This record gives sequence, C-alpha cells and structure tokens, in this order.
Amino acid sequence: MITKRIIPCLDMTEGKVVKGIKFEAFRDAGDPVELAEIYDKQGADELVFLDITATVDNRPILLDVVKRTAVKVTIPFSVGGGVRSVDDMRQILINGADKVSVNTGSVRNPELIKKCANTFGSQCVVLSLDAKKVRPKIWNVFIDGGRTDAGLNAIEWAKEAVRIGCGEILLTSIDQDGTKTGFDVELTKIISEAVSVPVIASGGGGKLSDFYDIFSKGKADAALAASLFHFNELTVLQIKDYLEKKGIEVRNET
Amino acid sequence: MIAVVDYGIGNIGSVANTINKLGFKFRITGDPEIIGKSKIIILPGVGSAAAGMANLKKLNLAETITDQLRNRKPFLGICLGMQLLFDYSEEGKVECLGFIKGKVLKFKKMKKVPHIGWNRVSFKSNGFKYSQGFKANSYFYFVNSYYCEPADKSIVAGTTDYGESFASVIIRNNLLATQFHPEKSGITGLYLLNNFFKHYL
Repeated sequence: MITKRIIPCLDMTEGKVVKGIKFEAFRDAGDPVELAEIYDKQGADELVFLDITATVDNRPILLDVVKRTAVKVTIPFSVGGGVRSVDDMRQILINGADKVSVNTGSVRNPELIKKCANTFGSQCVVLSLDAKKVRPKIWNVFIDGGRTDAGLNAIEWAKEAVRIGCGEILLTSIDQDGTKTGFDVELTKIISEAVSVPVIASGGGGKLSDFYDIFSKGKADAALAASLFHFNELTVLQIKDYLEKKGIEVRNET
Repeated sequence: MIAVVDYGIGNIGSVANTINKLGFKFRITGDPEIIGKSKIIILPGVGSAAAGMANLKKLNLAETITDQLRNRKPFLGICLGMQLLFDYSEEGKVECLGFIKGKVLKFKKMKKVPHIGWNRVSFKSNGFKYSQGFKANSYFYFVNSYYCEPADKSIVAGTTDYGESFASVIIRNNLLATQFHPEKSGITGLYLLNNFFKHYL
C-alpha cells in the first residue's frame, strides 16, 4: 500500500533557509540546494520549498533556487510563496518543480485554483492552508504569512479548494508551528476526514512519537517538519525506522 | 539519441534533468522526423488524457508515435504517457492511441484520489529485464487517479496495490511503460531508467 511520507520543508527568504517560531523570530538555517540534496540522500519522500516573504514583499519567487534544486534532487518537490497567477505557476513548473502551492493568492482569488488545475492538472496544485484556532473546534484561515485572519473557516475552505481542483492540502497549524510540542492532531484529523485528497500535516513535530500520532490518530497522509531536520535534532531515517517498528508503512530502503 | 516527446503537456523538465544526470544524449522535440531518427522515444506526461490526446493530434504526433511503436522502436511511456497507449480512458471518456488493447479506469475503492506518494511495485519475472540494481518489490513515486487495465495480462511486468491491484509496469517487446514516475523515484528510478537506456544504446 501507499506509504506515509516524511517531508522536510525549506522555508526561504532572500535565498536562504530560515526557521521561525509561530511564523516569527526567524534564524538562518543554510543553503536551500545543499539541504535539499542532503535530505534526498537521507530518504526524504518529497521536499517543500516555501518562499515565506514573497507575498508580503510583493516580489516573484526565487526561480533560481528552483532551477538549481531541480538538477540535483531525485525526488519530487513543491514550491510555494507569492503565487498569484497561472503564469507564476507556469514559471515555477518550467524551472523544474513538480507541484506548486497556493495560499494567500487563492484565498483572495479562488479562481486561481480552478485555472491552475485546468491548465496543469490537479496533481500539481497544492493548497497551502495556514490555520489558527479561534474558538474550541473552530479554526480560521490566516493569510499573508500568518499575519491576517481571512475570516474563513478552515474546514469549509479545505472542502471548497478540493471541489474547485486542488490535489493535495498542506495544512499548517500556526498554533503549533515551531513549538515542537506535537502536531495538531485534532485539526488534521477533521480536515483529512473531510476531504478526498491527501493531507500533509505541518507545524509542531518535535519528537518521534509526534510522527506516530499524526499518522495513527491524525489520519495524515504525510508529515512535514523543518528545523528538526535543519538543526539535526532528528533525521528522516530515524523517524522512518521508528515508524516502521510501530507498524506504519514507510519507504525505508536507503 | 533519446527523443523526449514534447506535446505541450506535463513536466518534461524533470525527465530531461534525469537523463542528464545519467549522462545520455537526448532531444526534447515535437518533430516527427527527429522522433523517427531517435534510438529511444520517451512519452512523458502528467495531466488529463483528453488534453493529452488532443495535443498529440493537434501536433500530428499520434500517427508518428503509433508507427514507431508498430516498428518496435524502444519506447518508454511514463504515467499519462502509458495511459495514452491504450484504447480508451475513462478520464474525459476519450479514445486513445489504441496500441495496447484495454482501458484506463478510475480508482474506485479508495477514498483518497489521486493516489499520491511512494508505493511498492512487485516486479514479475518478465520485468527482471530492467530491474538490475534494486529489489523486485521496491518503492516508486506515483501521482495518478486512473490506472491501466490491459486485456492481455501477459504484458503486465509489475503490479501495485491501491485498494485494488493494478498494472504499474507493462513490457511488450521493446516497450516499457510505467504508471509511476521513475524520474522522481530516487536512486531506484535512476537504476530502472539506466537499465532501460543501456539495453538499447
């Protein structure tokens, strides 16, 4: 059967990988292409690049990083940040990415998802959804790198995005981001069970058991982490060895 | 020379990058003459079957490709490039190239479609031709909502399970077709491609 995926995430700004806590207090974590190659060799299933300041700086994504990564890595990777049009998406795909994630641009203009899916196929349109709890069991969508409450219910937006053509959801819990106290199991389970596309859980992974919980209880299809990997606190291989022992099927043959 | 067929669909860049890594000469082309002169043809592709067929016809490539296949030119079909070889696809209810008897059907037993991620391919003995260097039940990277169901089961060289067992590899004469993306399947994918290219170059 299909395996659960472990995905290192490279949050970039100005060509450098950075990592923050709850979308703030960023510190430098190195060169994106070098890190991408290391994770590929460690057995990462996929890579995610997010240009986290492209939207607020109102500038195009770093296509040069995309291009240099594409010639080096042997696994799929997605790229997101500041995608506002079909043409933005085309540029990213032409430079070698396999998928493109849309976030703020698609909340402001849902047609973007539909147009991109019709042009390139749903399989390469990933909805990046940043959610924050506003009341018990209620999460809202936040945009502009977590700065603005879009006033949308996260579950409803996830369902709508799938209906209009996104092929996967990258679900980040702003509450858990960078805390290393565990993924948001409750939120992930609700969204994963509400939609018919794979859900990548993001935000809060800190210890091995967090990864087991997000797959077994949270019903995630993939789990994403960043600083854990950048600062060598855990490796992809350690997580996979652990999950395999716990009876979760992963690709573990490197 | 390997001809990577450019028919305006899918991510040809990643196929090109991978051939580059392996060090083989290739051309990305939609020119029937260059395709005819090549030693190996690759039909890549992501996206919908209807759009794929429409583009092949619009660019006058449908006939070139079937002619080359009939002449047993070494041929690699990847993902949509595999599905288009069949008679018919449920995706957009479209007639395809009809080089392989059978249909392309939608996954019906699993809640999550597309089937995205790494899944096992169990190679059968007829698939061992290109499987040197990796285990016969290795993982490959898939992104598909539809799968191929050939009428002649003897051409199935590998199977994968996603709620139902489906043909993830087909081998017939000099044709290799994979539902997964070998160009995105890490070292294992590189082995498979290298084995196939070396067999004919």
